[in-house]
Amino acid sequence: MINSFISIAFDGLAFAMILFIISVGLSVTMGLMGFVNLAHGMFAMLGGYIAVSLIREWGAPFLLGAPLACVAVALISIVLERTLYRRLYGADELQQVLLTIGLVFMGIAVCTFIWGPLNVQLDVPPYLKGQVDLGFRRFPTYRTFIMLISFAVVIGLWYGFERTLLGAKVRAAVDNQRMAETVGINIRRLFTLTFALGSALAALGGALGTEILGLTPTYALEYLVYFLIVVAVGGLGSLRGAFLAALILGVVDTAGKYYLPAFGAFFIFAVTIVLLLWRPQGFYAR
Amino acid sequence: MEQPAYRNPLRTGAVRPTELLPWLAAALGFFLFPDYLQLGSQILIMVLFAMSLDLILGYAGIVSLGHAALFGTGAYTAGILSAHLGWSEPLSGLVIAGLVAGVVGFVCGAVILYTRGLTLLMLTLAVTILLQELANEQEHWTGGDDGLQGVVMEPLLGLFEFDLYGQTAYLYALAVLFVVFVAARTIVGSSFGQSLRGIRENERRMHAIGCPVYRQMLRAYTIAAVMAGIAGALLAQTTEFVALDVLSFERSGDVMIMLILGGTGRLYGAFIGAPVYMILQDQLARLSPEYWLFGIGALLVATILYAPEGMLGLAERYGVRARREAP
Repeated sequence: MINSFISIAFDGLAFAMILFIISVGLSVTMGLMGFVNLAHGMFAMLGGYIAVSLIREWGAPFLLGAPLACVAVALISIVLERTLYRRLYGADELQQVLLTIGLVFMGIAVCTFIWGPLNVQLDVPPYLKGQVDLGFRRFPTYRTFIMLISFAVVIGLWYGFERTLLGAKVRAAVDNQRMAETVGINIRRLFTLTFALGSALAALGGALGTEILGLTPTYALEYLVYFLIVVAVGGLGSLRGAFLAALILGVVDTAGKYYLPAFGAFFIFAVTIVLLLWRPQGFYAR
Repeated sequence: MEQPAYRNPLRTGAVRPTELLPWLAAALGFFLFPDYLQLGSQILIMVLFAMSLDLILGYAGIVSLGHAALFGTGAYTAGILSAHLGWSEPLSGLVIAGLVAGVVGFVCGAVILYTRGLTLLMLTLAVTILLQELANEQEHWTGGDDGLQGVVMEPLLGLFEFDLYGQTAYLYALAVLFVVFVAARTIVGSSFGQSLRGIRENERRMHAIGCPVYRQMLRAYTIAAVMAGIAGALLAQTTEFVALDVLSFERSGDVMIMLILGGTGRLYGAFIGAPVYMILQDQLARLSPEYWLFGIGALLVATILYAPEGMLGLAERYGVRARREAP
């Protein structure tokens, strides 16, 4: 009983961390530009696929392949932002939704063409396989590694957001865009930068999370709803909100699937509806 | 009271000659493509479904990713009526399914229409997936993942058997579509329809001039729900089967794409978008599903960037230009 409880909490936490890493960029860009980017999951998926290819076919070591995939995805996202997204800033959300859904469809088709329709997994290096003894209990090494990386990302993000000039600019722009522009912040450049950063984080989550989420070309649509829930429930542009929402979602989903598998994803959607009705603007609304 | 000199062309009841075109095409389709009648009736059903979405999206400006919830409710209601309760008379089944979907739409709408933007989008999405999970779980009633089997239909009006070639199904779907369309056209042309357009254009101003915004939106949502339910019921009745995907997020997305391709806010967008989408799907998916997915994605991106008003909007733009340039 206690054992299963701990392992559910552990798995839920690992899932939550992946969700957070992937969703946080979406939350910040949505908060910053009000752009409903449904293609965010595609960046996570691309990160996973590129990492798999780099490691499996090019023989890159794990610790090099994953960051390289993030860089590649960041570059792709900058190109897309400059060519397509930029045209729809300030347009109504329906157009943004449809443009990015169109991108997702194209992305799914391209990924199916290159990597095939079947599930692909990242090859984990030997030193991350097996289990690790944390004193009171043994845990799977890889998931522990994911959590360590995630905590590092959380701390890095918090520091970047709260303690650096760039973070201050982003916060200012999220709070009041016009005022931020008036004091000389270049919103466009700031947005391109945060967009690339958010996409890179999504790619990192996508690459690290293949063991938990799997990796098929429909990934971009399958988990999109989860990422959107994290953003909507957490509140647009809120780091704390996204973290809290990811935590609730990850644990509730894992526990629900373990204890009442027949209901599938029923619980998280019920919880989402309740949370959104309770707080329509999310936990930490602007 | 003096009548204003200006008369809104949208409010006049006059039927323009071009309005006959889609109906002529549908009638011609019956005779020209006797082997494709099954696809044909599915197209007609999707036209009806897209039209119901147009009412809330194109007129009231409510962006919903959960319209399949209402379609699926209608489909399962009609299916369960026949398969479990032995109620196989098609027309009354259709009416009951529409009413049930209307009640579901009213209840959902009453709760979610207080929100806007991303929150509204997420709520419509979450409701759909919730219903799908519920349908998946209630296997006894819905057949779960395998779909609902054992739907049988009595002859239409006691006269016309549903045949193997789908002739009855096609004409049945066409007749229902026509009746619902006339209703929708009347609604859209009424002062209620005008107030919906006002809400879409500027909600605050409508509120300020005393329009009960929330109530009008809820009314539109409920009417659209009834129509979507009827579309779903038609699918269940004509295919004599209900699959779990009637409630899927993908179906919500598909219908929205159809509507956007055709053009929103003009009812006839559905008549262009749904056939184009479904015929392309039928042809391209035969080659390979990836081609289809890439094609529809590219088409969607191009539509948003270059023809945000859809094909009808594009046609109108060039039509107006041509008329202007003519001497």
